[in-house]
Amino acid sequence: MLAKRIIPCLDVKDGRVVKGVNFVGLRDAGDPVELAKFYSEQGADEIVFLDITATSDERDTIADVVARTCREVFVPLTVGGGIRTIEDFKDILRAGADKISINSSAVKTPDLINDAASRYGSQCVVVAMDARVNTNMPSGYEIFVAGGRKATGIDAVAWAKEVYQRGAGEILLTSMDKDGTKSGFDLDLTNKVCEVAKIPVIASGGCGNLEHFAEVFQKTNATAALAASLFHYGELTISQVKNYLKECNISVR
Amino acid sequence: MSYIAVVDYGAGNLMSVANTLKYLGYESKIAQDTQTIENAAGVVLPGVGAFPDAMKALSESGLTNAVKTAAKTKPFLGICLGMQMLFDSSNEVRECEGLGLLSGNISRIETDLILPQIGWNELEILRPNVLTKGLKNGDHVYFVHSFMANPKNAEDLACVTDYGAKVPAMVAKDNLFGCQFHPEKSGEIGLKIIKNFVELTEVKQ
Repeated sequence: MLAKRIIPCLDVKDGRVVKGVNFVGLRDAGDPVELAKFYSEQGADEIVFLDITATSDERDTIADVVARTCREVFVPLTVGGGIRTIEDFKDILRAGADKISINSSAVKTPDLINDAASRYGSQCVVVAMDARVNTNMPSGYEIFVAGGRKATGIDAVAWAKEVYQRGAGEILLTSMDKDGTKSGFDLDLTNKVCEVAKIPVIASGGCGNLEHFAEVFQKTNATAALAASLFHYGELTISQVKNYLKECNISVR
Repeated sequence: MSYIAVVDYGAGNLMSVANTLKYLGYESKIAQDTQTIENAAGVVLPGVGAFPDAMKALSESGLTNAVKTAAKTKPFLGICLGMQMLFDSSNEVRECEGLGLLSGNISRIETDLILPQIGWNELEILRPNVLTKGLKNGDHVYFVHSFMANPKNAEDLACVTDYGAKVPAMVAKDNLFGCQFHPEKSGEIGLKIIKNFVELTEVKQ
């Protein structure tokens, strides 16, 4: 049976991990390579690097981080943040990433999804979407871009369906309402998206404890769960999450 | 110096495979010409994308014959699409001929589950071989695919995985091996498989 995936996300800026990451035994807690390795050894099923570097001419920096990571980490690596063109796809994939996550650029240029999928295969095109409750939307959720700062007027569930039809291989779905609240994943949003998009959905935003991980897998069809600070601040380890899920009879690696 | 050739025909996860070999302490070369394949102790054929595109790219690179010869004469490992290419044909996108090194064809996975299958799934070892040395049933490896092989000869099928259908995960025939999953992305288990493969060639760094 396919295992449910647990994915830590690392925010990388100018080649360094931001957010307070501090683990005992790490030589350099700001080094993305070392952290990726640490998580991989703990049982992370994939690693996500979110490049939050403001300027696009920093592309080489993240490509270098990816290349160095791939020499030592042998689980799939997804890179997102600031990827705008098919050229960007090429550079990051060539550096060794397995998947590319696009967010604002997919909203701005939806054809990028089709182009990237036909050029590199759906399996490497992840569309990340930040959704927030808006009762004026048909589904009740609206898509936001630019790191969640800008409303788009686009219905989140309609957008999920569209990216699926355009050839996206996965959806990384973040609930902005839940993000940072530690009150659990947005099950309603996740269910609505899983229903229209017949591709793997990674649930993100709101996870605060072990039960939340179990809940999202028991009550939705999400195939993966992503968390950041929960792992970075050492509140939970990936192996703790896996052991708990195993006890709940949820298939994990 | 002996080395493993990683075939470069413009459609593969080359660096991942080369990185894995290097990490394990083995010498590898990215092979863009016939000679590099001919002189290798073992050959890895990676592959990502659609079947017809990959066959065309391999043909245009002029490496098809060298690859066929290598598969019959030395340890040879096809990965993902590189495994599928070892078979007679595929109907992905359109009917297309493969390398014909293994009997059978490639077709879309018939399952009620969503495609592509993306993620870690369990190996069921049907016929143990040198590559499965140290592995056990239930070990997880990383899959990314929508199409699967239908080997004509049951004895070529080494491992399967369950994705709402029995999906061939590893094929093996003499020195010829194929993994539908990505050993180079399958953590410790994957490293073990690649190590088992390279040990057939005695390539040392």
